Amino acid sequence: MSQLHLDPAQIERARESARRIARQVFDQMSPYTTTTVERATLRLLGIDGVDANDVPLPNRVVSHLQEQGILQHGAATIVAAAMNERGWSAQQVAQAVADGGLTLVRATDKTAARRSAQALAEAACQKIASQRALREDRIKTLGEGPTPWLYLIVATGNIHEDVIQARAAAEQGADIIAVIRSTGQSLLDYVPFGATTEGFGGTYATQENFRLMRAALDEIGAKVGRYIRLTNYCSGLCMPEIAAMGALERLDVMLNDSMYGIIFRDINMQRTFIDQFFSRMVNAFAGVIINTGEDNYLTTADAYEAAHTVLASQLINEQFAVLSGLKPDQMGLGHAFEIHPELENGFLWELAHAQLARQVFPDAMLKYMPPTKHMTGNIFKGQVQNTLFNVVSSVTQQNIHLLGMMTEAIHTPFIQDRFLAIQNARYVFGTMKDLHSEIEFKRGGQIEQRAQAVLLDAEQMLATIEGIGLPAAISQAMFAEIARTPSGGKGLDGVIEKAGDYYNPFPDLMLARGASHA
Amino acid sequence: MLDTRPPEQWVRPYGDTLDDGRMQVSFTLPVALDETSKEGAKRLAALMGLEEPAVVHAEEMGQGFSFYIVYGQCKHRVDLSSLQVAKPDYEVLDKAGIDALIERAMGRRMVVIGACIETDAHTVGIDAIMNMKGFNGHKGLESYHQIRAINLGAQVDSEDLVARAIEEQADVILVSQVVTQKNIHLDNLTKLGDLLEAEGLRDKVILVVGGPRISHELAKELGYDAGFGSKTYAEDVASFAIHEWIHRKAA
Repeated sequence: MSQLHLDPAQIERARESARRIARQVFDQMSPYTTTTVERATLRLLGIDGVDANDVPLPNRVVSHLQEQGILQHGAATIVAAAMNERGWSAQQVAQAVADGGLTLVRATDKTAARRSAQALAEAACQKIASQRALREDRIKTLGEGPTPWLYLIVATGNIHEDVIQARAAAEQGADIIAVIRSTGQSLLDYVPFGATTEGFGGTYATQENFRLMRAALDEIGAKVGRYIRLTNYCSGLCMPEIAAMGALERLDVMLNDSMYGIIFRDINMQRTFIDQFFSRMVNAFAGVIINTGEDNYLTTADAYEAAHTVLASQLINEQFAVLSGLKPDQMGLGHAFEIHPELENGFLWELAHAQLARQVFPDAMLKYMPPTKHMTGNIFKGQVQNTLFNVVSSVTQQNIHLLGMMTEAIHTPFIQDRFLAIQNARYVFGTMKDLHSEIEFKRGGQIEQRAQAVLLDAEQMLATIEGIGLPAAISQAMFAEIARTPSGGKGLDGVIEKAGDYYNPFPDLMLARGASHA
Repeated sequence: MLDTRPPEQWVRPYGDTLDDGRMQVSFTLPVALDETSKEGAKRLAALMGLEEPAVVHAEEMGQGFSFYIVYGQCKHRVDLSSLQVAKPDYEVLDKAGIDALIERAMGRRMVVIGACIETDAHTVGIDAIMNMKGFNGHKGLESYHQIRAINLGAQVDSEDLVARAIEEQADVILVSQVVTQKNIHLDNLTKLGDLLEAEGLRDKVILVVGGPRISHELAKELGYDAGFGSKTYAEDVASFAIHEWIHRKAA
C-alpha cells in the first residue's frame, strides 16, 4: 500500500529516546543476577529432573548456593569446580546436593573452574545451534506458510489432548501453534517437570511437554508440507529457564515482553528487567522469534486513547531486544485490534494504527492480535469483528496473525471455533491478497492524520519517560494505567547482587555468536 | 375460588411464523465426514428435540473430525409464566444517585475492595467495574465520590484479600472469576467464603462475585450476597451494595 506520510526524523527521535531508556535500565541492572538466571544457566549446563518432592534440581542447587551464601559468585563455576573435583556430570553434582551428600563451596582454582564452565556452555550452545540449523533446514525442505502466518492457540490443560487439537489445526491451515500455559504458572518460581495432563485454562510449560508438541508438529508439518512453528510463554518468574528449555527443544516463537510481567502479573520490575535480558539473549541465539505483549495495554486502557502507549512500548521492547542480540526478523512486536466496535470510523483508526506499526518497524515480524475486549456472547457479530480484523491484517501486511475466535467471550476454543476462524482468515487473505498494493491512503486524510497524531504522542511520551526513567514511568501508571513500584511485586527476593568475581559463561558465547549470525 | 396464577405463556423458537420452532445448531463430531456421519448428525439433532432435522452444511475438518450445521423444528415449548428466576431485588440508580444515597445512608464513603482471586489472571472484569474509566461509557467505582475503590488486581491469594479487607475496613468485597475451566472458579469462591467465615467476617461484609459465567443464582448457592454476569456495569454493583447495606442496617 502506498505509505502514510510520516516524518522519518520524528520516528528516529522516538527511537533514540527508547534506546537511551533501555540502555539506562540495562546499566542499572547489570550488577545483578537472579535465582532463575542461575537456574537457567544450570539447566543449560545439563541439570534437569526433580527430587522426591517434585522440586526441580536446578531449584535445589540454587537454593543450596543461597543457603551457603555463595550464589553471588555465579552457579556455573561452583558446579563446574565440583564436577572437576569428583569427575562427575553436572546432573550427578545436582543429585548429590539434593540427596544431602554434597555441600558446594567456592571454586579454589577459579581459572580452571571458569574454563570448565565455559566448555560446558560451549557444548550447550552447540546443541542449541544445531537445533537452529535443523529448523532452518526443515523450513528449506518443507517450506513455510505465506505471511500473515496463522497463529492458533490450544489450551486443553492436557498435553496429549493439545497434541490432537494442534495436529487438527495444522491440517486446517495453522502456521503457528501456541500452547497456552496453565493460569498461574507465571507466578511459580520453578518450572514443573514431565508431561502434564492437568492444567487450568492451559497446559503447564515443561520441557517434556515442549518435546512432545515439537515432535507432533514436525510430524504433521511433514504431512501438510510446511514447517509448523511452536510457541510458548517465556514470561513470569522463570523467563530465563523457559528460554533455555525452549532453545533446547526447538521452540520457534516465545512470548517474551520486557514489561508485561511487571504490569500485568505484578512481578518485581528489577527481577523482570534482569530476566528479560537473559531470556532474550537465549532466544536470540536460538533463532526464536519473540512476541511482545502491547496488545494487553488495550484490554485495560482504551484502544483509541492509549494507541500511543503501544507504539512507545514497541520502541522500548525493540531496544531491549537489540541489547539482547535479537534481529528485527526475530522481533514480533505486538499490537491489537481492540477499538470499540461502536466508535464511528473505528475501522479507519485500526488501519491507521496497524499501518503505523508496519512503517515504524518495516523489518519486524509484527504480531497482530484480534479483538477480545469487545467480543460478546453474540458469536455471529464476533465472526464479523474477526473478519474486519483479518482485513486490516492483510491490507497492512502484518506477519504473525493471531486468529480471533468468535467464542472469545465464552470459553476456551472448541475445535470448530478454530476451524471457522481459519476459514475466515484464509478467505480474507485470499480474496484480498494484493489489495494492499492497489490502494493508497489519501494524503492528509483522516487515516494519515490519525497515524501522525499517535506518532507525535508516542514521541512525547518517550521523551517524558527518558526524563524520569522507565521505573518511575511504570510507577506513574504510564502503561495500561497500572502502577508498579521498583521494590514492589513478586520475586524481588530472587534478585542477587553479583560479587566481583561473578561469572556466567553464556553472555560472551551467545551475544558474540548471535551477532555473527547477522 | 379466584385463580391468581398468571396466564400461561407458552413459547418455542420463532423462525418466520409463530410456533414454527425453527432453529439451528452447529457441532463437531469426532469422526471423518461421510454419509453415515451426516445421518448421525441428523439423528442427534432429532434426539435434541428437533423435528425434520436437515444437515444444511457438513465439512471435513481433518484428523478425524467433521463439522455440521443443522436446522430443525424444536418440538419442545416452555411456559414462561411458570418460571421463577432469582435476581437481585433493588433499583439500579445512576452514579449521582448512588453517591447521594451513600452519603445520606452511610454518612461516609463506602469501602469496596476488589480482586481476581487465586490463579485467575484475567483482570478485564474487575477493571471494567472498578477502574476510573469503567467500560462501555459506564464509569467505574473509582470515579464515585462516595466510594473508596481498591482494586488489588489479578492472582490475589484469598488470604491476602481477607487481610486487606480487614485492614481497610471494607464494606464490600468484589471478586472476579473469569477462568471457569474444570470449575476452578467454584473452588476459589468456596475457599474465599470459608476464609471469611473462619475470620468471623462473613456477616460484616457484602460479598459479591462477577464474571462472564457467573449468575446471581450460582452466587447465592455459594453463599455470596450477589452474582453478576456479563453486561454488568459499576452502577449495577454499586446499587446492589448500597441497597444491601441499608437493608442490613434496618434488619
